[in-house]
Amino acid sequence: MSSPEFKNPVVKWIDHRLPVFSFMHHELHEYPTPRNLSYLWNLGSLAGLALVTMIVTGIILAMHYTPHVDHAFESVERIMRDVNHGWLIRYIHMNGASFFFIVVYIHIFRGLYYGSYKAPRELLWILGVLILLLMMATAFMGYVLPWGQMSFWGATVITNLFSAIPLIGDSIVVWLWGGFSVDNPTLSRFFALHYLMPFMIVGVVILHIIALHRFGSNNPLGIDVSGKQDTIPFHPYYTSKDLFGAMVFLTIFASAIFFYPNFLGHPDNYIPANPLQTPAHIVPEWYFLPFYAILRAIPDKLGGVLFMFGAIAVLFILPWLDRSPVRSGRFRPLFKMFFWVLLADCVLLGYLGGKPAEGIYVTLSRLATAYYFIHFLVILPLLSVVEKTRPLPQSISMPVTGAGMSAALAAKRGKADV
Amino acid sequence: MSDTVENQGRRDFIVVATNTMLAVGAAAVAYPFINQMNPAADTLALSSIEVDVSGIEEGQAITVKWRGKPVFIRHRTAAEIALADQVSMDDLRDPEGDMDRVEKPEYLVIQGICTHLGCVPLGQKIGEIKGDFNGWFCPCHGSHYDTSGRIRKGPAPTNLEVPPYAFLSDNVIKIG
Repeated sequence: MSSPEFKNPVVKWIDHRLPVFSFMHHELHEYPTPRNLSYLWNLGSLAGLALVTMIVTGIILAMHYTPHVDHAFESVERIMRDVNHGWLIRYIHMNGASFFFIVVYIHIFRGLYYGSYKAPRELLWILGVLILLLMMATAFMGYVLPWGQMSFWGATVITNLFSAIPLIGDSIVVWLWGGFSVDNPTLSRFFALHYLMPFMIVGVVILHIIALHRFGSNNPLGIDVSGKQDTIPFHPYYTSKDLFGAMVFLTIFASAIFFYPNFLGHPDNYIPANPLQTPAHIVPEWYFLPFYAILRAIPDKLGGVLFMFGAIAVLFILPWLDRSPVRSGRFRPLFKMFFWVLLADCVLLGYLGGKPAEGIYVTLSRLATAYYFIHFLVILPLLSVVEKTRPLPQSISMPVTGAGMSAALAAKRGKADV
Repeated sequence: MSDTVENQGRRDFIVVATNTMLAVGAAAVAYPFINQMNPAADTLALSSIEVDVSGIEEGQAITVKWRGKPVFIRHRTAAEIALADQVSMDDLRDPEGDMDRVEKPEYLVIQGICTHLGCVPLGQKIGEIKGDFNGWFCPCHGSHYDTSGRIRKGPAPTNLEVPPYAFLSDNVIKIG
């Protein structure tokens, strides 16, 4: 990669001393990207867009919000009613959290299907899981800030998870609360941390991108780039594609903000927090429901907590559970099947997490939880041994431009007929 | 500079001692930054409250707030006391006799905090679900407590806690 020749003398002068323009040219312009990326590869840039949106709206909200138990709820209502366009900024922030998770969950399942976690991208994947964890902590603390009923009881239940730790659990919970119940000290520290963590996410995102640019994006075929003919420069090809995806995303996002701003929220959170009255049916935000279902499926306090965190922990070691050398699910007939079962299982867990913990829901939660862990801990390691994968194409450009084209098309047609 | 063998032990000692002091220093600096999150002095200043229980009719219950959390005081009927007292210890997840949980059997004083994940169980008000054992029922994750506030069914590991309290007179309880 040679240094680009800048025409503008000022740019040239600066770049000679501070090579930011060369850096941007390498990473955002000539950056060679596989030519066969599908729209599923838009989700990374969309997640970045969501993160920036959340930080911008969040900083604005912080200018109008009061982190005190006596004023928090009212200050949020004031934002909604009195602050100029406060309703818009809060609705963007509120729905932005949900859309951030939608984008990130699709991004993760994309990675799962195309084996994007496999060598040499293990650290890239692990950093991604770390971002997910930070997002969860941030979202949880943010949900506490309006100090409604769901805020308060969500905070109570989640912080109480730590009381399951043997011996020191109760002291940890008191330490987290700064008192003997969720109260003002808890609210103010959650506010401080909620403001801090997005910037930690930005830090990990930068590492995530550095790791990504080391070997470049994976692609739908899951095979390595074999030469120049397999790649196209990031700009203008993928900048324009990402931009188009961003417009589609923003259209859907805006529809939610303007027409169904409370669809994903819970009406109980518009009731001020009352430490003496738990709502009859408390549920976390939708993006936590699968994990909540796992928590409730285990009939033991410590066990439930361990399994819930374990559901994330298995993702960290995923690159070493799935040892199949073939990345893409396209060439793994059995894996492909189990992938869709896992997706259905996660959706089912999400559904069950929103239902009361009784009767058939408990039984189903246990089965779904069992499958989740069996998928990662038993099925994936087994498949890497027993599965007979389909032959891989010789290169990315072959099935598109080369002699393989007619054969690939014929294979595709044959599949469509079935 | 040559590393002669005769000095090696002394050098190792200096390195280990320096690193140890660094670790001690780091821990000493870290402690206040961690400890600041523990309850502050004003939060700790253990508030106590006095409650007159004479106004509670038999079979009814009241909820009072102590240290930011609800405390349940139930004036139990003779039937409820008998029910709690007759339970075999083998049926209890967290075995504890009813008489060990009360000062006066007719007044049950317990923390209204589910020992699972901290929700407030239902069963205080007339018409609320009291669970399968006629005591309390936690709506969050389905724990059932009996008329002595002991866990009988569901995910909670222990009985509803009994806060420190004493009868100041026949009718007045001091909690805390």
